[in-house]
Amino acid sequence: MSAVIENHHDDHHHGPAKGLTRWLYTTNHKDIGTLYLWFSFAMFLVGGAMAMIIRAELFQPGMQIVEPEFYNQMITLHGLIMIFGGVMPAFVGLANWLIPMQIGAPDMALPRMNNLSFWILPFAFFILLSSLFMEGGAPNFGWTFYAPLSTEYAPPSTTFFIFSVHIMGASSIMGSINVVVTIMNMRAPGISLMKMPLFVWSWLITAYLLIAVMPVLAGAVTMMLMDIHFGTSFFNAAGGGDPVLFQHIFWFFGHPEVYIMILPAFGIVSHIIETFSRKQLFGHSSMVWAMLSIAILSFVVWAHHMFTVGLPLAAEIFFMWATMLIAVPTGVKVFNWVATMFRGSISFETPMLFAVAFVVLFTIGGLSGLMLAIVPADFQYHDTYFVVAHFHYVLVPGAIFSIMAAVYYWIPKWTGNMYDERLGRLHFWLSFIGVNVTFFPQHFIGLAGMPRRYPDYALQFADWNMVSSVGAFLFGFSQLLFLFIVLKTVMGGKKATGQVWEGAKGLEWSVASPAPYHTFSTPPKVD
Amino acid sequence: MNKGAKKTLTKLIIAVPLMFAFGFALVPLYDVFCEALGINGKPSSKPEQSDEFVIDNGRPIALQFISTNNKNMPWTFEPSEQVMKIETGKYHTATFYVKNTTNRKMVAQAVPSVAPSNAAAHLKKLECFCFEQQELMPGEDALLPVKLLVSNDLPSNIKNVILSYTIFDITDYNDEAMAHHEMGME
Repeated sequence: MSAVIENHHDDHHHGPAKGLTRWLYTTNHKDIGTLYLWFSFAMFLVGGAMAMIIRAELFQPGMQIVEPEFYNQMITLHGLIMIFGGVMPAFVGLANWLIPMQIGAPDMALPRMNNLSFWILPFAFFILLSSLFMEGGAPNFGWTFYAPLSTEYAPPSTTFFIFSVHIMGASSIMGSINVVVTIMNMRAPGISLMKMPLFVWSWLITAYLLIAVMPVLAGAVTMMLMDIHFGTSFFNAAGGGDPVLFQHIFWFFGHPEVYIMILPAFGIVSHIIETFSRKQLFGHSSMVWAMLSIAILSFVVWAHHMFTVGLPLAAEIFFMWATMLIAVPTGVKVFNWVATMFRGSISFETPMLFAVAFVVLFTIGGLSGLMLAIVPADFQYHDTYFVVAHFHYVLVPGAIFSIMAAVYYWIPKWTGNMYDERLGRLHFWLSFIGVNVTFFPQHFIGLAGMPRRYPDYALQFADWNMVSSVGAFLFGFSQLLFLFIVLKTVMGGKKATGQVWEGAKGLEWSVASPAPYHTFSTPPKVD
Repeated sequence: MNKGAKKTLTKLIIAVPLMFAFGFALVPLYDVFCEALGINGKPSSKPEQSDEFVIDNGRPIALQFISTNNKNMPWTFEPSEQVMKIETGKYHTATFYVKNTTNRKMVAQAVPSVAPSNAAAHLKKLECFCFEQQELMPGEDALLPVKLLVSNDLPSNIKNVILSYTIFDITDYNDEAMAHHEMGME
């Protein structure tokens, strides 16, 4: 993306600096967005490689390829890297690129902090990945790091894991503060809150969630650090602590966290469906209110991850109903998208294919979530592959499909070139088939009772596991095609127009493609 | 940066340490909630005056005892009886046998837990070895009593209450005399 970018508008503006220091010192929201997106892509491939190891080991019953200890390290790092290194930085990258352009601001409000919040991330993941080469191996307690497994029984590298989580947390918090300050104070005149584009709305809500819960996560890992090194007993029953307390604190962070990973997707998909249906979104303010209600509800449902710890009946019933209540605003969103498509003149370019697949497959993930919300049923499903199928359906064809859709949708604006539509569609169909072949059978083996987080399984689960592994390899290797398509688009291709898509509306489409290095130095006029 | 942005920034920067502190505040809050609502199987850690719960026409229930040794705790620790047939609203005394099987002085602490968890609030302990620490010399043994009463308010569907103790080694090995003593033994 270091192609020379010409300045079309004002001659007193300068272009980007040359060489490596451009990227090290940059305070430009577009450069930082690009850095975030490439970083998250790299982490997506690293975490994906770990998923390939996991699925290769599960290809058939018995121990084949890796030691059980290493398998545990793989599932832990796969989860942490995909969440904190893949999905979250990708959304932050999109926020950096798009929010200033969508609200008509010249840049993010705090450009230097923006640079800092990106550049500490590679260090966090260097520390986390280096634990693979330490004595005792990498963290092996699952991405949820329940105490005392992650304190008393953890490998020595856990301390490095804790510091890397601190750094990731600091990065997210700074990024979110930046987003909120930008959105609240730098909108072009005429863009009232309710007129804001939905991606901006979704990120405003996400940023508030992050500011509320990332410090709680930092607190949880700090307590772990103190239990391990300073003799405290937050989670150690011998000293009067309680391991269940860990789960409460963790999921108080963890549940809002899962919405942090899906809210920006709601924004993206709303824009794409609107554009390719060539219609206005069915209901803009109902979308906003639905996202707000989902965000608020996310703080009162955390214990549905812990139905089997022995909660009192009243608490189980409360958390069950509160969780089911989330289906209402989610239903509002899904029907909203469907109603937008209804009688639209739809065309299925790659971004639209990913967006429609998002609506269908995310809804499947949501429905299995409703099943898991039923307390007596959850006693059966807890910690089985049904849960694995559920959260992969909302995260892979949910969050990750929305990110891919966003990349195809906005890459002409970023690079000035159209991507190869034929290859894009091929990438979509390979991913779509791969994802369903991988995760749909996991519903069956989960309901049949296969527990998660084991490197081996009973013989009756063999067939569907093999199918699942084949799907995973298909999905995994298709992403190299994605890498190829993105690189090809960066290098060249059919020139894109300013508006790019026939039905595209919004301020970011009013500037040239590729977007000039500086946009909206004077606020645009919005009616 | 304009004034409004500075104001937003200040608010958000204050919110971060507040939420960090909130994470830590969950620790005492959790204990307060568990004790106030009698949940999590955590029986009270203080002796109670329970005469008000004494009644004549209680119903029979089974009181089961479980003893567990925490990791690296070498002592023998077991209930004198596995099950007691008791009546609600009456005092009963159970005993646990404990023996220091090592050749060094050790201090132990037993931590109780009650199952099902909603029975915890109804199990009243007047005296319990778990209220204090046990210090035993090498080879010494003891019979530890717990005097308790299950109140008649116990939900009627519960016919079986389990009182479980886990015994922890809380010897202070950093204490110089202890460390010296231990080294001398090896």
